[in-house]
Amino acid sequence: MPYEAFKDNEYIEQLVEELRASGTNVIVGTFDKLINWGRSNSIWPLTFATSCCGIEFVSLGAARFDMARFGWEVARASPRQADFMMVAGTIVNRMVPVFRRLYDQLAEPKYVIACGSCAISGGPFRKSYHVAKGIEEIVPVDVFVPGCPPRPEAMIYGIMQLSRKIKVERFFGGVNRQENREEYLKSHPVEEQN
Amino acid sequence: MFDFSIVTSWIDNLLKGWMPSWAATTVECVLIGVGLLLAYALLALFYIYFERKVCAAFQCRLGPNRVGPWGVLQSFADMFKILIKELITLNHIDKFLFALAPYLVIIASMMSFAVLPWGKGLQIIDFNIGIFFLIAVSSIGVLGILLAGWSSNNKFTLIGALRSGAQMVSYELSIGLSVLTMVAFAGTMSVTGIVEAQKEGWFIFTGHIPALIAFVIYLIAGTAETNRGPFDLPEAESELTAGYHTEYSGIHFGFFYLAEYLNLFIVSGVASLLFFGGWMPLHISGWEGFNMVMDWIPSVVWFIGKAIVISFIIIWFKWTFPRLRIDQLLALEWKYLLPINLVNLVLMVIVIIYGLHF
Amino acid sequence: MANIQDKIAKLFPEATFEEGEFLLINIPDEKLHSLCETLRDDEELSFDYLVTIVGMDWKESLGCVYYLTSTKTNAHISIKVSTTDRENPALTSVADLWKIACILEREVYDFFGIVFVGNPDMRRLFLNIDWKGFPLRKDYDTNPELNPVSIENERQTDDTYVYTRDEKGNLVKNVSKVFEEGDFVVNIGPQHPATHGVLRFRTAVDGETIKKIDVYMGYIHRGVEKLCENLTYPQTLHYMDRLDYFSAHNYHHGLCMCIEKAAGIEVSRRVQVIRVLMDELSRIASHCLFIGTYCMDLGATTMLFYTLRVREQILDIMEKTCGARMTFNYSTIGGVMQDLHPDFVKDVKALLAVIPANIKEYNKVFTGNIIAKNRMEGVGVLSREDAISYGVTGPSGRASGWACDIRKTDPYSIYSELDFEEVTATEGDSMARFKCRLAEIEQSAHIIEQLIDNIPEGEIQAKVPKVLRLPAGHWFQLMEGCRGVFGVYIESDGGTSPYRLKIAPPCLNLAAVVDHITRGDKIADLITIGGSLDYIVPDMDR
Repeated sequence: MPYEAFKDNEYIEQLVEELRASGTNVIVGTFDKLINWGRSNSIWPLTFATSCCGIEFVSLGAARFDMARFGWEVARASPRQADFMMVAGTIVNRMVPVFRRLYDQLAEPKYVIACGSCAISGGPFRKSYHVAKGIEEIVPVDVFVPGCPPRPEAMIYGIMQLSRKIKVERFFGGVNRQENREEYLKSHPVEEQN
Repeated sequence: MFDFSIVTSWIDNLLKGWMPSWAATTVECVLIGVGLLLAYALLALFYIYFERKVCAAFQCRLGPNRVGPWGVLQSFADMFKILIKELITLNHIDKFLFALAPYLVIIASMMSFAVLPWGKGLQIIDFNIGIFFLIAVSSIGVLGILLAGWSSNNKFTLIGALRSGAQMVSYELSIGLSVLTMVAFAGTMSVTGIVEAQKEGWFIFTGHIPALIAFVIYLIAGTAETNRGPFDLPEAESELTAGYHTEYSGIHFGFFYLAEYLNLFIVSGVASLLFFGGWMPLHISGWEGFNMVMDWIPSVVWFIGKAIVISFIIIWFKWTFPRLRIDQLLALEWKYLLPINLVNLVLMVIVIIYGLHF
Repeated sequence: MANIQDKIAKLFPEATFEEGEFLLINIPDEKLHSLCETLRDDEELSFDYLVTIVGMDWKESLGCVYYLTSTKTNAHISIKVSTTDRENPALTSVADLWKIACILEREVYDFFGIVFVGNPDMRRLFLNIDWKGFPLRKDYDTNPELNPVSIENERQTDDTYVYTRDEKGNLVKNVSKVFEEGDFVVNIGPQHPATHGVLRFRTAVDGETIKKIDVYMGYIHRGVEKLCENLTYPQTLHYMDRLDYFSAHNYHHGLCMCIEKAAGIEVSRRVQVIRVLMDELSRIASHCLFIGTYCMDLGATTMLFYTLRVREQILDIMEKTCGARMTFNYSTIGGVMQDLHPDFVKDVKALLAVIPANIKEYNKVFTGNIIAKNRMEGVGVLSREDAISYGVTGPSGRASGWACDIRKTDPYSIYSELDFEEVTATEGDSMARFKCRLAEIEQSAHIIEQLIDNIPEGEIQAKVPKVLRLPAGHWFQLMEGCRGVFGVYIESDGGTSPYRLKIAPPCLNLAAVVDHITRGDKIADLITIGGSLDYIVPDMDR
């Protein structure tokens, strides 16, 4: 893939622009770069698959596509040790609480890739009585990879976009600040229940 | 052969000239500690990269090749990430033991580093029961694993920890007995003594049959001690998700991850000490020129090189064999390895008494 | 057929018969159990394999259609039983005759709310305990607010229900427990590396020994059968790809055959050959992946990469012709989507050349390994009787000595002309199941060898009306998927979409048998056994 095509992602370009506009301290910026270099080059997936897309994810690990080249092959079975979740397959009503719990168990920083049309919108099963219409209703999604199922190349592209997205994050002064309860409640007011 | 004790005693004298001897000792301790930590971290990162590349080669893949030249910086990136990853605090766990467990594991492997013969004169402590000390401290690790499994308050970790307990306690016997065989052959428990005794030939050659049997048993038991495939039951991914460290995240998990590779190094290091002469170069009596060339290679390279070759064999096991079941694992130890080991010890004693060795 | 009818008419005077594809017996509910018992136990008839139970909602009545097959004569028969009570429908259970009936009846209860009197475990199967309504009933309220998507954990209970009748004939609901008091229950799944998807085993263990397993399904239940009722026949086809995604071609082929049979469409020989070629290629790819993932479950990760090499080669062939790697959507009603790619013959021959060497390599790396032998031999033994009673078909059933290959017993398409062996074993353990699949790769390759040089010229698409309507009636088609017998039942009321489309997947039976064959084994054996059965979760959940 030519580099220009790889960079062809308006959303991330916009994100980079915004970040550059705010300006950063040199020392903090350097640390940020180091941390982001580590994070973006080491994104470990959670072994999670519900249906067809999961098999393409297996192919992604195999010799033809070899995601180990990018250091993504350390698939952790325990969500506590994984960095991102490739939601490969349909999420149905019964799976939703389990899926949500898995997301909650992921340690920060955590990312979600909605892989395949089922995860994006419900796909061919959208009209069913027992299918969640897209995982975006349940968890925040970082990257969408369309396809039914997406080809492994598309998955590689999706994870590379995630990697780029991580690269422009800010560790210091960004969202990675721990809030205490009062602060949190101030910014997220809870309606009084009578 | 360059003797590292020249360097160490020079530093010692220099410091003692500057400051009182107690201060000098303290500074030396700190220096050694820093050096040890550095060596520890670098070795672990190297081993992670090494295993990933080796396993990729077995599986007709390329392995990491994007981060840094040939992907060498891949494990550094992983470490940076793990260092700043969130440590999840769990409810309903024994918080103190939960936090203590990874440190116990890492301390156990670090203490074993103290007696490894890194090079000629390059050893942190050298005392007359060195090998005994090594076996003693390396068995602290199992305590950490048991605590990790118990304190997580999770059924998978508990099963993993109990498996690990049963496995470690059993295989410690085999390790102990095969070490004992070689100690009997060397006639000393001092690490330097064992290395020096192999000046004329490595034990694996001079001890011939009993040494060879002891080596094979040591290799099997060592693989089991490090919880690596085909003996990776405590963390069997397809059975117990991640085994005893399922609930650990961030650097706590990183410690377990590092300790696994460090233990691999220690096991192979001890194997090279007992069977392949530690840092002692390959000498063949009569071939003076050859021996000279061998002596030019620094002793540190000899030791680490041997350890890596043995680790390669252990990694090879992992990526080839399927996993054993817990009862088969214990049967292998108690029904086969232990009796063979005992007989082998007797055989070794006979060899020594009648001088049947080279 | 006629003598069976006479025999049953003599024993059960209240039964009425409908001639059709198979003989259909109408029987009142009270006599159902004794009829089934007779059909199963009679020496001459021995209809001992319950293929499926099709729950039905005929608007004025609810009921079931039972499909039975004789393992002796390979004859088929169906039984229809119905009740007009829509409020509290109840039928008699046959769970004591066929072990698989327990799960199949739970499925009917889940979809239609029909209670089976005497079933020992009358819980919902796929849907939550608190699910409102029965989705496959025609009067089901699809309002999503009734059953919202919730991120709260679903209510869990150990209670199960057993319905009995008292002296007056009224239904009595008795509560019993799934697990005993004080059992150490480990949850394996739904998110677990070894369950091959989102299946959940609630496992009661004693140390490492398994006492009981409660299989919990529905984590990927997508309601395909209900969706199909609102789609036209060509549209229903593409769901078949997403059930058992390894047998995509086979399932497609099965449904196409059923619709073609109903509509009376003849397909050309070229199409039949192409379909069979694709089926067998799928079978090789599927079994290759099975070997790989199975070895990975047992800890030998490297094997996965060796087997995926062959699979990738097959996917390349498929991709050239069908344009996709997994969900091919290749068969259409009356034909196939596109003609074969010009390279097809060359590529397939290249594939056939490498298969023997690869199988040799698999045997060298894994099958002969002492650890692999210890892990698999004698683990999870399934006897022939149990295999039939549970309806475990495919390579898993054949490993127990039950010759259940539909390609041989009920040859469809051009299989009757082909020369291949049905691979069977007698041990019934995990090793036998593994070896059966290895041997089936060779047999599939043998089938392809016979066909690859003899692909006839001809039309690839028969004439099919633009708007396809099936005449009123019902059809049942069996075919051999990669994991066992795949059945599809279509009931039509003359419209453009099916009145009811029921899929009888092989994997439901495979999951149902797990509890039976793991008892007393170790947790590690659960992985061995589950892997060797090779179920696909979206296939069982649909």
